[in-house]
Amino acid sequence: MFNELFPNVKMDDVWVATYETFYMTLIALLGTFILGILLGLLLYLTSRGGLWQNKALNFIVASIVNVFRAIPFIILILLLFPFTDFIVGTIRGPNAALPALIIGSAPFYGRLVEIALREVDKGVVEAAKAMGAKTNTIILKVLLPESMPALVSGITVTGIALIGYTAIAGVIGAGGLGDFAYFYGFQRRSFDVVFVCTVLIVIIVFIFQFIGDSISNKLDKR
Amino acid sequence: MITIKDLSKVFSTKSKTISAVDNLSLEINKGEIFGVIGYSGAGKSTFIRLINRLEDPTDGQVVIDDENITLLNKKKLRVARQDIGMIFQHFNLLWSRTVEENISFPLEIAGVPKQERQERVHELIRLVGLAGREKAYPSELSGGQKQRVGIARALANNPKVLLCDEATSALDPETTDSILELLVNINEKLGLTIILITHEMHVIRKICHRVAVMDAGKVVEQGDVLDVFLHPQKQITKKFVEQIMGDKDQEDALDLLKEKYDSGKIVRLHFIGELTNQALISQVAKQYEIDINILQGKITQTQKGAYGSLFIHIDGDEEEIKRAIDYITSTSVEVEVIPYV
Repeated sequence: MFNELFPNVKMDDVWVATYETFYMTLIALLGTFILGILLGLLLYLTSRGGLWQNKALNFIVASIVNVFRAIPFIILILLLFPFTDFIVGTIRGPNAALPALIIGSAPFYGRLVEIALREVDKGVVEAAKAMGAKTNTIILKVLLPESMPALVSGITVTGIALIGYTAIAGVIGAGGLGDFAYFYGFQRRSFDVVFVCTVLIVIIVFIFQFIGDSISNKLDKR
Repeated sequence: MITIKDLSKVFSTKSKTISAVDNLSLEINKGEIFGVIGYSGAGKSTFIRLINRLEDPTDGQVVIDDENITLLNKKKLRVARQDIGMIFQHFNLLWSRTVEENISFPLEIAGVPKQERQERVHELIRLVGLAGREKAYPSELSGGQKQRVGIARALANNPKVLLCDEATSALDPETTDSILELLVNINEKLGLTIILITHEMHVIRKICHRVAVMDAGKVVEQGDVLDVFLHPQKQITKKFVEQIMGDKDQEDALDLLKEKYDSGKIVRLHFIGELTNQALISQVAKQYEIDINILQGKITQTQKGAYGSLFIHIDGDEEEIKRAIDYITSTSVEVEVIPYV
């Protein structure tokens, strides 16, 4: 039945591609999470009235974030070829996609982090200050825990965008379901392969959204 | 114990400068509950934030126990702040932490070891009457319970001073009373100095020993709560006193009373910080052959005793009435006989 409907689909290869998509997404997500939180914290802390209020630094960080968010992802990959080659040692395969994936999505997540931090009750930060808390303590014990549900839903949205990016990265040979659909499906006119890959990507997106939502809900005690 | 000298805070925007606190000086004694009352915009919120430097003063100084808070560097200020508890109108609890974790927070900041922290948290939970709610999140608590957590948290590091920023303004009257009782309790038990700001005169009346009235960044009047109640000097103070005592409208009703009675006497009794003569009316009624009819009045309790006035009608033999009035006059209650027209 399956072989009749999808004559060109070799499931062994599909699973490898699925694994690669997961691999790229998860590693890139981890990198994005760390880098994005750092960027978001910098944006928040250096803004007006922030704990490290600093107009110049805020302007620089905001500019970098905006520039990287403005570059279309496919072009960002090409621009980063020399950098990727230097860091990873190759410009092909799942690992080669990681720098572009992280640099492409961290600024986006950084903005989401900034928004999440702004939602933290100013009064709670003031209370922590009144208790004699250091800035580090305020960041680690007030700002991040109090914004955690928003940080998690932010990383969920970013993760889903990242799955899309991995598919684009496939075009330059990064591997994964996008790569597979393009080279084995589209270019060989095997549209059953494209269909199967699409369904798998949609399923992955659903899984991400579901996991993200349940973690966010569980964390939220408001 | 706390000396505030020439304290000023100026906020400048592009278009104008606003003097939120203007050359303010105060002395606050150890162990007293000191109230600052004023309308919103009077600068009292800024004032209380200047004490622990949540706002940095433009000028002047705050000295707590010989330590000049205004001169401390950032590091020393952080340590000094651990000795200054603060509670807030909107409680400012961390929603992500349970009751006990919230109370434990200032202890974590002060670097208290875990074992000690737990013991201290349990002690505090008992002190503020929240036993059994240790594992609850703030969203599961009522306003009054949240403020109790706030108070426990503020007391965690055994502060010298407790600052209360409109601590009861978001609570209903009944809850307000229970929180005020808790504050008095803490003040007496721990000998803690409390500075509170409010716009509600009954908060001052109920728990404060001394009060300062603030208007446009300045203290316009200050003194013992009772003195301020009895002899309000400034118009703004009179208005606050009226919040509790009602206004002069009462006097109009007096004419109606006079018409109603043709025998006996209408007498006005002033209770001023009365502690001893609380049972005056029944004493007089028992000792003298007279009838006493309470007409109208308002008496309120302050930290220094009862304060207010009462109109009564005394009827009976003229001589007996005179003796009764003489007796009342001999107590600390002031008597004023209202003449019939």
